[in-house]
Amino acid sequence: MGHGISRRGLLQGAAGAAAAGTLAGCAMGGDDSPDDAKGEVTASNPLGVKPDAPLEVVIFNGGFGEEYAKAHEAMYRQRYPKAEIKHSATQQIAETLQPRFVAGDPPDVVNNSGGSQIDFNGLVSEGALTDLGELLDAPSLDDPNTKVRDTLLPGIVDVGSYDGRFLSLNYAYSAYGVWYSQKLFDARGWEYPKTWTEMIALCRTIKAAGIAPWTYPGKHSRYMSWPILAAAGKTGGIEVIKAIDNLEPNAWKHDAVRAAAEAYYQLAVDGYLQPGAEGMDHIQSQTEWCRGHAAFVSCGSWLENEQKSVTPPGFRMAVAPTPSLTAGDKMGFEAFRGTGSEPFIVPTKGKNVRGGLEYLRIMLSQQGASDFTRKVSSLTCVRGSSAGIALGPGLTSVTKLIDASNGGAFTWLYSSYYRKLERERVDAACAELFTKRINAAQWCDKVQRSADEFAQDPAVKKYKRA
Amino acid sequence: MRGKRLFIATFLIPPLLLYGVFVVSPYAQAFQIAGTDWSGLSPEYDFVGLDNFRRLAGDGYFWNALRHNALMLVVLPVATILLGLFFASMISVGGRPDRAGVHGVRGAGLYRVVYFFPQVLSVAIIGVLWKEAYAPHTGMINGVLRAVGLDALAVAWLGDPRFSFWCVLAVLVWMNVGFYVVLFSAAMQSIPRDLYEAALLDGASRLTTLVRITVPLVWDTIQVAWVYLAIIAIDGFAIVQIITDGGPSSSSDVVGLRLYKTAFGDGQFGYASAIGVAMFFMTLTVAVAFLRVTRRERVEL
Repeated sequence: MGHGISRRGLLQGAAGAAAAGTLAGCAMGGDDSPDDAKGEVTASNPLGVKPDAPLEVVIFNGGFGEEYAKAHEAMYRQRYPKAEIKHSATQQIAETLQPRFVAGDPPDVVNNSGGSQIDFNGLVSEGALTDLGELLDAPSLDDPNTKVRDTLLPGIVDVGSYDGRFLSLNYAYSAYGVWYSQKLFDARGWEYPKTWTEMIALCRTIKAAGIAPWTYPGKHSRYMSWPILAAAGKTGGIEVIKAIDNLEPNAWKHDAVRAAAEAYYQLAVDGYLQPGAEGMDHIQSQTEWCRGHAAFVSCGSWLENEQKSVTPPGFRMAVAPTPSLTAGDKMGFEAFRGTGSEPFIVPTKGKNVRGGLEYLRIMLSQQGASDFTRKVSSLTCVRGSSAGIALGPGLTSVTKLIDASNGGAFTWLYSSYYRKLERERVDAACAELFTKRINAAQWCDKVQRSADEFAQDPAVKKYKRA
Repeated sequence: MRGKRLFIATFLIPPLLLYGVFVVSPYAQAFQIAGTDWSGLSPEYDFVGLDNFRRLAGDGYFWNALRHNALMLVVLPVATILLGLFFASMISVGGRPDRAGVHGVRGAGLYRVVYFFPQVLSVAIIGVLWKEAYAPHTGMINGVLRAVGLDALAVAWLGDPRFSFWCVLAVLVWMNVGFYVVLFSAAMQSIPRDLYEAALLDGASRLTTLVRITVPLVWDTIQVAWVYLAIIAIDGFAIVQIITDGGPSSSSDVVGLRLYKTAFGDGQFGYASAIGVAMFFMTLTVAVAFLRVTRRERVEL
């Protein structure tokens, strides 16, 4: 037995192999060769799509599934039969696509949604997203005399805009509010309260009837920040919300925000929250609500779809705006938080940016949108696209909410500008508030401190909401 | 000689190459990325020197997570090894001595299989199972507590910052103990039976036998177990992410989860890599320290 390989030789070999590996598979490398496929601009092809350029679409395979996207792709194929369409669907958008953004080889259309969506703050500050302004000004698929911009519901352009550039199309339309079972309310002769005083009074009645007035997902307590902020906006006006979006000093300590926090904190103080809700996730608490163990829950209009399998027949879920806090509220009772969800983006470095824009234009057609509503029971951001479709009781009540508000929907943007501020900080503060570990004033202080932290963090790109 | 070298090289080079590409190179790159402000979304980045580490030093959320890892580092190995040793010794040598000599308790074979069950399940399934078991109204734990009349103890386990961390820790012990039962009982099989018989003749109790005979003779295995468990305690990411996602109010956060959220949630791969580098050194330090501390004379049979 000779010393075939010395220890030193072995180590050198290992080091060499490591060095070779480093060179071969560097995580940060990438090429920049934007070779955008362009075609001729004509009346029927206003975005100048190259008819034979392949198109790649990546869909978030969540609550809405992927079938609806296949229908949109079929529509695209119909218009451009020579184009080869690559479709894929995943739940791990960030994990799957992050390396492709780095390599400069992202897909042409991405449905950047779900728990692991790619942070918009990062995407926008890297300039990775195509300005969709051109799409807004293009004629719509259904009527060459109407611009795409004019087919959208109000607020959709706002929520996808970063510093005035429209970068993400939120395709689904979600209304947020307080949900209850019409069946339960009819049976007991209760009526949804229009003012907060009435709400507290009704809670007393509900509790006396042996039902918990409210439940909430304690493990995602930010769900309860939605009625607080909606009430604050309705009381103090949209300027209060804009100050929050712009990370202004003391925005969260505004009287309207404090009053709203006090109001909802009252639910915890008076024991109107379901015991144990602090340990539930959203599915668990919503299921308690569906079983009739609680009367109210805060959620968005995806609720009906999410609870489909456990909702008892005849439950008749309905949504209502948050009750008015004071008689002098700046917005009427009907005002609610309405905004887009399911963001679609067209990466700038995609091989077929034109095709990506055209794909979105097809999605925004009446046919594309009503098909989506029919398949996934959710409204879209396209005006009037749900007309004539039989909707479930929940969605029907959402459309009533939208009609009644008369364009009075509003939303905040801080949660898309600074995702972590809502997902971690506001979430944690709400968890403390509704378990009475802090009071409403401390809640305002705590969230304000976090907002200030973001305002001062040079690593976070700031946006200005006009 | 030459032929032999070639022969050895053909066996060594492919694994070394794989190890280099998939293990050493990502580690090396993490060090490089930790010195940048890379967002993880484009090929552009700037070197920021030690800024990320400076930020880390002042990041309260990081220290909070680290505290939880430190607590896990103390409790997890101790609890798991003690339980593992107890179960293993009962299975191997805990039975009432009779004419057949020293053996395990009745049904030892069954216990051995049952303890090993959690090892067969994937971490994701264990996480989801326990998340439901801890559920306030529908969960198994509160169901049992209510059934035996302990309604006052049926709290919202994962919604209370006083309990959430310990709930996760209990799951970690539960899912790991089975493996160490098997590991320790394998080690105990190699201890000559006559040692136990001699101890019994001298009138040693079960506890004395465990402490004076079993533990010294399986010390090498315990040492290995300790290092493994320490590494699991420094990580803990998967089970925490599934059961509590670090909440409520970061009361069960761990460093691995911080890293993941910083990278994939916030798009700050530079800072996340700095957390990774810190974790790398912690794991290394702990492994070396444990090996040093537990090193002792080998018992010769």
